[in-house]
Amino acid sequence: MKLDATDRLILNHLQEGFPIGPSPFATTASELGITQTDLLERLERLKSDRIITRFGPFFDAEALGGAFCLCAMAIPEEEFGAVVTKVNARIEVAHNYKRTHRLNMWFVLATETVQEISHVADDIEADTGHRVHRFPKLQEFFIRFRVAA
Amino acid sequence: MSMDATDRRIIAATQGGLPLVAEPYVAVADALGIDETDLLDRLTNMQASGVIRRIALAPNHYALGMTANGMSVWDVDDEKIGSLGRQVGALEFVSHCYERPRSLPDWPYNLFAMIHGTSSEEVEALRAQIEKLLGPACTSHDILYSTDILKKTGMRISPGA
Repeated sequence: MKLDATDRLILNHLQEGFPIGPSPFATTASELGITQTDLLERLERLKSDRIITRFGPFFDAEALGGAFCLCAMAIPEEEFGAVVTKVNARIEVAHNYKRTHRLNMWFVLATETVQEISHVADDIEADTGHRVHRFPKLQEFFIRFRVAA
Repeated sequence: MSMDATDRRIIAATQGGLPLVAEPYVAVADALGIDETDLLDRLTNMQASGVIRRIALAPNHYALGMTANGMSVWDVDDEKIGSLGRQVGALEFVSHCYERPRSLPDWPYNLFAMIHGTSSEEVEALRAQIEKLLGPACTSHDILYSTDILKKTGMRISPGA
């Protein structure tokens, strides 16, 4: 779909943040110099056209008390499909990507506690017969990332 | 920050997004059976304590032309990773930047930086910028491109936990 200048203005502005307060869309619309109706209609369209992935609070997963760990496995091509099925069957697997490397399966485990991470990773090793390399975050160099629309 | 049952219900109700209606906080508060003022206070506290990083819009990178991305990985001198990691994380084309443990002998890399660009040529050029920035503190590096999304459900917490 084609984005016009107002769509781009909205996408750029709302990446910066959205107010917590009464009538937040009226506040945002007035900052953008458009009407609230126009803003809401455009957001609906951008969302249904999948230009917007998500709109709302972004929670710090660790502040919620959960535990996370990036994991990787080296799976021979002929076994890949069967191993994907086993790994994805675990509800603790939040995302899983195939990547260009000998370590070709990369997934994130999300659990309620740190101990569960090693249990789940051990289970996957036992279930698949392949090592689960574990890459927990040691330090985050987190800077705000923006995509210019 | 300590969270009570109401906070957890708020998280469960909003982690999928806010409703696109004139009074989204009233809609959420009504659904939870609490006052809008209570909801706004709790959201403000969660944002102040860092439980909420921000309330914002996340665009679809692909739809905006950012169709190429790669996970660049670097073996960086442990003594220097703090200062160099911050410099890499500050680059505008890097979205996520972490220090993670090596997994020897298979994996010598301890710095992970996700690079976004509009083409694979651009991503490679951006990767060269990082290589230059790291200089002799980096002994080897690689970049991994995703070829398939096998699963993407994201994190979900249950309202009753």
